[in-house]
Amino acid sequence: MPPADRHLGARLLTHGSTLTFLRKVQHPSQHPVDRFAEDLARFEAVRGPFKRTRPYDTDSRIPVDGAGAGFSSKVSIGMSASYLLLVLIVLGLFGYYLGKSRAVAIPVTPESRLHSVPSYHGYFVALWAGVPAFLLLALWVMLEGWLIMALVLGAMPERLTNVGDQELSLLRATILNHANGIDTGQTLDPAIEAAAVHYTTLSSIGNWCILVLGSVGAMVGVRFALRQVSMSLRARNHVEQVINVVLILCSLVAIMTTVGIVLSLLFEAMLFLSHVHPYDFLFGLQWSPQIAIRADQVGSSGAFGAVPLFTGTLLISAVAMAVAVPIGLLSAIYMAEYAPPLVRSLAKPVLEILAGIPTVVYGFFAALTMAPFVRRVFGAEGLGFDVSSESALAAGVVMGIMIIPFVSSLSDDVINAVPQSLRDGSYGLGATKSETISQVLLPAALPGIVGAILLAVSRAIGETMIVTMAAGLSANLTANPFEAVTTVTVQIATLLVGDQEFDSPKTLSAFGLGLVLFVVTLLLNIIALWVVNKYREKYD
Amino acid sequence: MVSKMIDATTTPWVQVTAPGGGTGRIKIRSSGVKVYYGDKQALKGINLDIAENSVTALIGPSGCGKSTYLRCLNRMNDTIDRCRVEGTISLDGEDIYGRTIDTVQLRARVGMVFQKPNPFPKSIFDNVAYGPRIHGLARRIEDLEEIVQRSLERAGLWSEVKSRLLDPGTGLSGGQQQRLCIARAIAVNPEVILMDEPCSALDPIATAHIEELIDELRANYTIVIVTHNMQQAARVSQKTAFFHLGDLVEFNDTAEIFTNPRDDKTQGYITGRYG
Ligand SMILES: Nc1ncnc2c1ncn2[C@@H]1O[C@H](COP(=O)(O)OP(=O)(O)OP(=O)(O)O)[C@@H](O)[C@H]1O
Ligand SMILES: [Mg+2]
Repeated sequence: MPPADRHLGARLLTHGSTLTFLRKVQHPSQHPVDRFAEDLARFEAVRGPFKRTRPYDTDSRIPVDGAGAGFSSKVSIGMSASYLLLVLIVLGLFGYYLGKSRAVAIPVTPESRLHSVPSYHGYFVALWAGVPAFLLLALWVMLEGWLIMALVLGAMPERLTNVGDQELSLLRATILNHANGIDTGQTLDPAIEAAAVHYTTLSSIGNWCILVLGSVGAMVGVRFALRQVSMSLRARNHVEQVINVVLILCSLVAIMTTVGIVLSLLFEAMLFLSHVHPYDFLFGLQWSPQIAIRADQVGSSGAFGAVPLFTGTLLISAVAMAVAVPIGLLSAIYMAEYAPPLVRSLAKPVLEILAGIPTVVYGFFAALTMAPFVRRVFGAEGLGFDVSSESALAAGVVMGIMIIPFVSSLSDDVINAVPQSLRDGSYGLGATKSETISQVLLPAALPGIVGAILLAVSRAIGETMIVTMAAGLSANLTANPFEAVTTVTVQIATLLVGDQEFDSPKTLSAFGLGLVLFVVTLLLNIIALWVVNKYREKYD
Repeated sequence: MVSKMIDATTTPWVQVTAPGGGTGRIKIRSSGVKVYYGDKQALKGINLDIAENSVTALIGPSGCGKSTYLRCLNRMNDTIDRCRVEGTISLDGEDIYGRTIDTVQLRARVGMVFQKPNPFPKSIFDNVAYGPRIHGLARRIEDLEEIVQRSLERAGLWSEVKSRLLDPGTGLSGGQQQRLCIARAIAVNPEVILMDEPCSALDPIATAHIEELIDELRANYTIVIVTHNMQQAARVSQKTAFFHLGDLVEFNDTAEIFTNPRDDKTQGYITGRYG
């Protein structure tokens, strides 16, 4: 692209809500860049000039304002950590070979053998190289900010630090911002500028220290472990123990993350429910989360009745499942039982490609192809229904197409997994292919199929892009698939896009919706497990 | 050892059934049957005639092609992609590999009990009722119940399962499952029953029961049974075929095979010298 266009591209890139705006604009058929330029001009006419807060080099997006650049001796925590990891890997490999060869060198007799195989001695030494240094690093990463800030504040004049909690945290943020080279445009107290420099220096020194300390620690560890290598060293048990702990830590991370997400969701949702009564939220029939900017504006109160969103989600998901389940299941049956091996080996990957198409592309397809098609077929010229330009049907059908592979691929696998002996038994009794499929194979594969379908349902409920593009944003309470509806996820996305106050009910309502979504998917999973177990009991 | 026992035909448990007893008509006629799994030949031209209303035993060392031959008789080999069958097999004079034959009908006439028990993941009742249902053998539910009960009785399973007919068939023991599969096969009332080692998972009592059943079924059905148990072959069959490495080595009246084998290999196998 020529430089001018690139600049334009950057402008477009950095603006999130431009897309929605662009979609509403009828394009004369021109070169796309010209069209974008035109749209942007129009956009700026409506919204005021487009402005970035911070200058970027459009090529690399590296801040060019100079702050923090050009210190070659300055080392960030990320750099120090990656160097240290590199050192640890090298030392670990080195330790492994040293430990192993030392264990191999121990003379053995039939009566007295090594307690552990030499390679375990190698792992033992390698672990001593890595684990202590790694723990040190982890500790540093956690404490670095706090420790350095405490030192910096301690060195600052009393008049600045002897203030209330709120000002203190503001002060911390200012120092941090300044140290990180974020220019807020304010003129700062020289003491604060000095503190920022102090902060930068200290953290740089700290990071160097950690690099050196970690490397030395690793070497000491290797030396210590090598001394331990002997006939009776229970290296295998030690290594297994470490592995055990590592595995526990990993699963803890996963669990704690989940708990953290749920808790933050819960917390924000509670905040929202303190603004809006839970009853009004869950059972209210009107959704218009606009909060007025000025108090005297009309409709300033906002309405947070989520029922239209639930029904919208339900309607679109139902349409999607009505498309995906029959097509997916039947094509799975065809692939598993009827298709010759060649067809199967071709058809299956092709179907799976559907799952790999980005949802935005499906969104285009839904908005530009399916919606007009639905209008033509069902609308005034067709069957005579009243079809709006954005309809639940178009979005649902396209979403159904998207989730076909979830149903078909998994069902195909579970049908294939039914033992051949059951097919033989049925054919041996003179059953036809379809009798065998419907009466033996499908019941036997049912738990897996139910699992596949529920996976598809949760995918449908969580899908956002297609609905945004094809079903619209208006929260209608309707069961008519020809009307525009909106879903929970779409609302969450639109509520959080753009500049938001994070304490207004409008923004917080996104968390309320998120919580509901979470609970529903959880219930869905529980039901799925229950169904699967029930059938496990019945069909071993 | 075995031959000595067999010579002592007075010992009740090696009693060789008197030859004949059937109608003498040929039910299944096979000539030049060759079977290939991909490039590998499993049967090398089998000529074997199976008499109506009699029991024919197929014996031979493991891997010699007994199951393969049995599966040819009701075209179960069709379900294996790489399997190719040559030669002709006719049932009541009609080529079962001919163009006009309907495999579904064929398999309803030629039922099968498999080497490994394979009950459906359904209730005991539904397992047995499966065949009668798909072939519409019972108009009313009482008829169906009667067929199920009679089949289970004949397979010697009724007294063990009558109180839990709605429990899953897969919850039975291995031997019970095998008898369930036998009940399932006879519930369709086929003309020919193919049994692939039906007693390999059964205890002696259940085995004796099945052997009794086979002897009883002989009056109305033609039975082909694969077995590794020489005494069982001697007890239940009228004709015995000895397979070896895909060849039919010897085929004769059971009494003849066990008392006076023509071929050295047969002699060696039934006396336990190899196998
Ligand atoms: N599905 C198959 N694919 C390829 N080869 C097969 C298949 N089934 C059987 N064979 C081969 O055909 C030969 C005959 O097998 P078959 O099952 O008929 O033996 P068998 O006499 O029944 O043995 P056993 O007494 O152990 O049951 C064997 O060499 C076997 O490896
Ligand atoms: Mg076999």
